[in-house]
Amino acid sequence: MAEIVIKNVAKRFGSFTALHSIDLTIADQEFMVLLGASGCGKTTLLRIIAGLETPSQGEVWIGGRRVDHLPPRERGIAMVFQNYAVFPHLTVFENIAFGLRMKKLPQAEVDARVNRTAELMHIEQLLRRYSGQLSGGQRQRVAVARALAMEPDVILMDEPLSNLDALLRLEMRAELKGVLANSKTTTIYVTHDQVEAMSLADRISVMNGGKIVQAASPVEVYRNPAARFVGSFIGNPPMNFLPANRSAAGQWSVAGLDVPGPAAGDALEFAIRPEDLTVAAEGFAATARVVEPLGAHTLVTAEVGGQMFRAVLDSDLKVSPGDELRLSPKADRIRWFNRETGLAAG
Amino acid sequence: MSNPTVDVPRTVSAGGAGRFLIWASIVLLCAWVLVPIYLLMVNALSSPAQVSGFPKSGLPGFDFASLQFFAGFAGVAKALWNSILVAVLTMALSIGIGAPAGYALSRFDFPGKEVFRMLVVMTRAFPLPLLALPLAVMFIRTGLDDTALGLALVHTVLAIPFAVLITFSLFSGIPLELEEAAWTLGCNRWQAFQRVVLPLVLPGIAASAVFAFTISWNEVFAAAVLTIENRTLPAFLIQNLNVSPLHLKFAGGAAMVIPALIFIFAVRKYLFAMWGIANR
Repeated sequence: MAEIVIKNVAKRFGSFTALHSIDLTIADQEFMVLLGASGCGKTTLLRIIAGLETPSQGEVWIGGRRVDHLPPRERGIAMVFQNYAVFPHLTVFENIAFGLRMKKLPQAEVDARVNRTAELMHIEQLLRRYSGQLSGGQRQRVAVARALAMEPDVILMDEPLSNLDALLRLEMRAELKGVLANSKTTTIYVTHDQVEAMSLADRISVMNGGKIVQAASPVEVYRNPAARFVGSFIGNPPMNFLPANRSAAGQWSVAGLDVPGPAAGDALEFAIRPEDLTVAAEGFAATARVVEPLGAHTLVTAEVGGQMFRAVLDSDLKVSPGDELRLSPKADRIRWFNRETGLAAG
Repeated sequence: MSNPTVDVPRTVSAGGAGRFLIWASIVLLCAWVLVPIYLLMVNALSSPAQVSGFPKSGLPGFDFASLQFFAGFAGVAKALWNSILVAVLTMALSIGIGAPAGYALSRFDFPGKEVFRMLVVMTRAFPLPLLALPLAVMFIRTGLDDTALGLALVHTVLAIPFAVLITFSLFSGIPLELEEAAWTLGCNRWQAFQRVVLPLVLPGIAASAVFAFTISWNEVFAAAVLTIENRTLPAFLIQNLNVSPLHLKFAGGAAMVIPALIFIFAVRKYLFAMWGIANR
């Protein structure tokens, strides 16, 4: 049982604030992904939970125990590093056994655990090798096996797949998800790759500028971004935004179109995902600029009200650059953001 | 030490004149180093008559009389023992002090870090002759004069910049992630150092130690000034070979140069690493 509670944690490096007062609760056995661009503080937060970095303020609780003053070895965690950190002077077997030997487990138990986790990660044939004789993907497997062998309450992963080839990454992603779901550990996984985050997470914490902007399920984060940043960061292509001006109570004028919206507020932004647009008789007057047929659908980059606007359209549709279109938003998929604060409105 | 058959920079191979210049420089530099060593070896391995005779064949006579005589020369054995004792002490002191400094430089940020790195090299800027007299006076006052430990202290000062720089580059070559991984796997700081860092740097530390040994082995000035009875081999040779026949000088020279050459050759990879040149 290892619920992780982070209370009011901040980290300052000199005058630079890497983390602003983070509050986050991660349930037992939950798979939490910290997602954000580089420099958003996600790795710093992970390292504070691991005990590799000391917070400037705040508390970290793991499994009902306050751990922020404890060294990493006393926190009941295991960590997988971005560059694998496989010990080059030890065989794969001894790498996986490293933590177990520190725990002074009997040899039989060490053998059993190493063989079990090696089998789980499909590296049982590599146990006699050294790290120099392994490929990147194999090293990654060793690093994960080493963490799993500890049977920790919490596994922390710092961009574990970012150094792998695209194809290998896909394969490892699916495998990791299966293995970790069976291991009953609480997992915190740091990545800047939104597809990785969406596919792995029970919940995603989207981070920006040292703050958690939204912590919710992948679909929730995608469908109902809590802030403009989330909508613009997640999704490929990202959300479209247009300025909206109030024309009447609950009516907003968006690029010449009257759209029903929130009753309150006066400076809002209209937002819609590219796949929630269809070509119709009524809609935004758009001029197609770039047309990219992608097989399953066609990505059209158009101009609406002098702004770039992307639409994912049916690939049967014949569109050429320069064509005039009418793009109609699906009413239930429209989102509104406050133009000053960037937060969701209505 | 330099090898004429490797590492011709291909980018400069454009013109014939450029090629010629490169090869001429290589040959010149190699001759600069190799010819004296060759002459030393030839003469050390020749009989006294061959050494002083003329014309010379340019080939060794494979006569070990000179070397044998040198080995039996009164005081050589004792000087050799002193040399080894001082060099071993120097080795232990400079690694004992230099390696922790190298680790600190590579792992921690502290105020004055860059200044320290500069100053450590600066110790080599003081000419030893300038320091020798005050040192001798101080050593006599403290009773360190004419002792192996006293001389080893001076040699340690000479060797430490290299010990610090080599170990700094060794520790920097070990990713911090490896240590962090060990911490998360149940090690405290010392255990992580012992189980992960130490096995990885040990060959380099040994090389750095051998280099310190060589510095002490070759050092003659401080040895000549600070010892009287307990002379090291170089100081002993300076004192005695001055007045010895030519073939003995060559034998003595060979006895000094060959161990140093072997040591330096054994650790050459790590000496390159000191200057940040990858040689793997």
